[in-house]
Amino acid sequence: MPIELIKLIPWIPLLGAVLCGICCMKPAWRKAAGPISVLSIFIPFLITCGVYSTASGLVGDDKLQTVYQWMGVGGFKVNMGYFVDPLTMIMLFVITGIGSLIATYAMGYMKGERGYARFFMGVSLFIFAMTTLVMADNLVLLYLGWEGVGLCSYLLIGYYYDKPEAVAAAKKAFIVNRIGDLGFALGIFLTYMTYKSVSLSAVTTQASEFVANGIDPTSADLWIPFLLMLGAFGKSAQIPLYVWLPDAMAGPTPVSALVHAATMVTAGVYMIARLIPVFQLSPYALPTVAAVGGVTALLAGTIALCQYDLKKVFAYSTVSQLGYMFLGVGALSTFGGIFHLFTHAFFKALLFLTAGSVMHALAGQLDLRAMSGLRHKMPVTCWLMFAGCLALAGFPFTAGFFSKDTILAETLIVGMEGSTLFYFLAILGLLTAFLTAFYTFRLWFRVFMGPEHYEMGDEHGHGDDDGHGDDHGHAHEPHEMPWWPMNAPLAILAVGAIFAGMFFHTWMHESIDASTAHPIAVPAVDSHAQAEPAYSIIQVASDAEGHGNEADAAHADGHHHTLLGMDVHLAMQIISAFIALAGIGLAAYFHWLNRPLTDQIAKKFGVVVEVLYNKYYVDELYDAVIVKPLRMLGHGFYLFDQFVINGLVITVGYLPRLAGWSVQPTQSGKMQGYGLGMVFGVAVAALLVFKWAF
Amino acid sequence: MPETVMDSLTLSHFLLTGAVLFCLGLIGFITRRNLIIMFLCTEMMFQGVAVSLVAFSRFHLNDTGQTFVIFVLTIAAAEAALALGLVVLLFRRKRTLDSLVWSQLSG
Repeated sequence: MPIELIKLIPWIPLLGAVLCGICCMKPAWRKAAGPISVLSIFIPFLITCGVYSTASGLVGDDKLQTVYQWMGVGGFKVNMGYFVDPLTMIMLFVITGIGSLIATYAMGYMKGERGYARFFMGVSLFIFAMTTLVMADNLVLLYLGWEGVGLCSYLLIGYYYDKPEAVAAAKKAFIVNRIGDLGFALGIFLTYMTYKSVSLSAVTTQASEFVANGIDPTSADLWIPFLLMLGAFGKSAQIPLYVWLPDAMAGPTPVSALVHAATMVTAGVYMIARLIPVFQLSPYALPTVAAVGGVTALLAGTIALCQYDLKKVFAYSTVSQLGYMFLGVGALSTFGGIFHLFTHAFFKALLFLTAGSVMHALAGQLDLRAMSGLRHKMPVTCWLMFAGCLALAGFPFTAGFFSKDTILAETLIVGMEGSTLFYFLAILGLLTAFLTAFYTFRLWFRVFMGPEHYEMGDEHGHGDDDGHGDDHGHAHEPHEMPWWPMNAPLAILAVGAIFAGMFFHTWMHESIDASTAHPIAVPAVDSHAQAEPAYSIIQVASDAEGHGNEADAAHADGHHHTLLGMDVHLAMQIISAFIALAGIGLAAYFHWLNRPLTDQIAKKFGVVVEVLYNKYYVDELYDAVIVKPLRMLGHGFYLFDQFVINGLVITVGYLPRLAGWSVQPTQSGKMQGYGLGMVFGVAVAALLVFKWAF
Repeated sequence: MPETVMDSLTLSHFLLTGAVLFCLGLIGFITRRNLIIMFLCTEMMFQGVAVSLVAFSRFHLNDTGQTFVIFVLTIAAAEAALALGLVVLLFRRKRTLDSLVWSQLSG
């Protein structure tokens, strides 16, 4: 397939979005929106597969595929152009591949909803924005995609616009993202000022040279990563901007799977991986990324322990897994970060969609306490979610196992190089891995195991009797989802969730090494290694990471780090396999075999459960510290406007009225009065004329 | 040519007559409230001015003033027709000729 076809990838979904928009016009056309949307995502997937072999082999300027010049102001030129390297291809596979599976599922899930066509318009538009984001060859176009996905996220979260909580969640997501995007925009401005270009290849090439030559970073170099990071933290829901993601679950479940688990939220990880040399320039940037990621992972993991809302558990787990990805890129293992992004897309999409199936079957019921033992009612969903849970928990040889362990091992290696911070973060990561296994299987055992018991939700008429092939409506009994179009895509995802880690490990490693995301090795500066802890330690670690490059000059003491007498990666895999099994076992004991004991323990530690259930009161804290003061300030401004500014305007307005009022008595309305006035006027004028004339 | 009374009259006498006519008209216009009387008073003011103009015409021995007066009289005649028509209309509205009932412009 000719490489030029890659230029079509973003535009096909856009065309799909327009067609879906047209479908909104007539009720008879609305049913066509689903297939149109699926096709508009699937065709780009085929193109991605078709051009893959050519695209991954491109060198130099061939990587730039320009469609047209978007804008040009003097020397500042921005192209509507795409940068094609293996990293782009990985992201395209994830977006279009997982995207078409989720859209197929959504055809069944959204059946009979009001605004069916509107939903698919949003999805297609989202794919347009997301593909633009990952294909952009410059930061401005990337920012266009970045804002585009934000907009689509807003539209899709607020899909049920008659539900106040959905509207509030949409606004929250939009506003929190604005905070991050402000930082991102400033970062782009500063990048242009520093590098005199916004082109990704130019910026990364220059930054790589700086890093490779060990140039002392300027203050701009120090600031750019932090500003860009802020955008990444907002989009990818990291501390302190993670609060929007759990609320975003108010949108339809396929949206949670596509936008808020598999693709959009990983944009931050992609951006940092793409610009890794820029982040390497600043000695404190990557440790900050790693620390924020590690702490977010743990924090969100603990919150997920005590949530009862099916989707909230997965939402916090997404925040937590995104934390892992940041930990990975922060430890300069862009391979680990992107690999986890890749595998996470499979299993988290699968988990969200199976959760959607459960929710669908129970007429909108999401409360874990209101369901139990559904394995007989929904056997297929049960085992599909089991596959996803295994992957998320990091069960040996599933997808999540490989990617998570890569991240943890790389972090630990940086720690063993002497960075206490990373040592600590690796331990946090292991702890989070345990929590992940526990809360994942807590959910699964609660929903599918134990005595059968369920309470239906209150969503009557939610796709009732709408061609599911079953005659009873939802209000009676939960039922399995049909294979087409719902369970079949999930089965593909399940296969991915189990095997993607094994099959794609090597391919992923080679792809990342061949892309700009490959971290830059610096010449060893051993004498300064102690003096500049964060900076040089990471560099050394990056070299240690290269598995085969044993003869690397930068490798300070020339040996691989070992843990328990083994290679760190192998040791870490063994450790975390045990941790995952322990988490699953404990979850089985507490949430399947011995639930009363669990309730007793929960009662005993009521305070802890309460704090976790209320998400550490972070929303309340933000409300008190940021929202309320801002609102007070706004109110103050309102009062100032009302009384001072408005008062001034009104006073000025009174002046003409006052003047009129003072001469008003002269207008008597009587003819004689006017006559007299005229006579006097003429008399005065005559007197003046005669006085001056003679 | 026998000396007549006319000969002993100077320009000042005529101007004075005009001024007296004008002032009487003015005073009448201001003090009376009957619309027809007020209208007549304005005519009187016209005539006062006309007398002055004719007197100047004679004094300067040219026809300008008289020509002007002829025009004024013509227009005054037309205007009288119009004005009386208006007065009739006003009367029909309020059944009175009192000018004080027309005071909508009072501020």
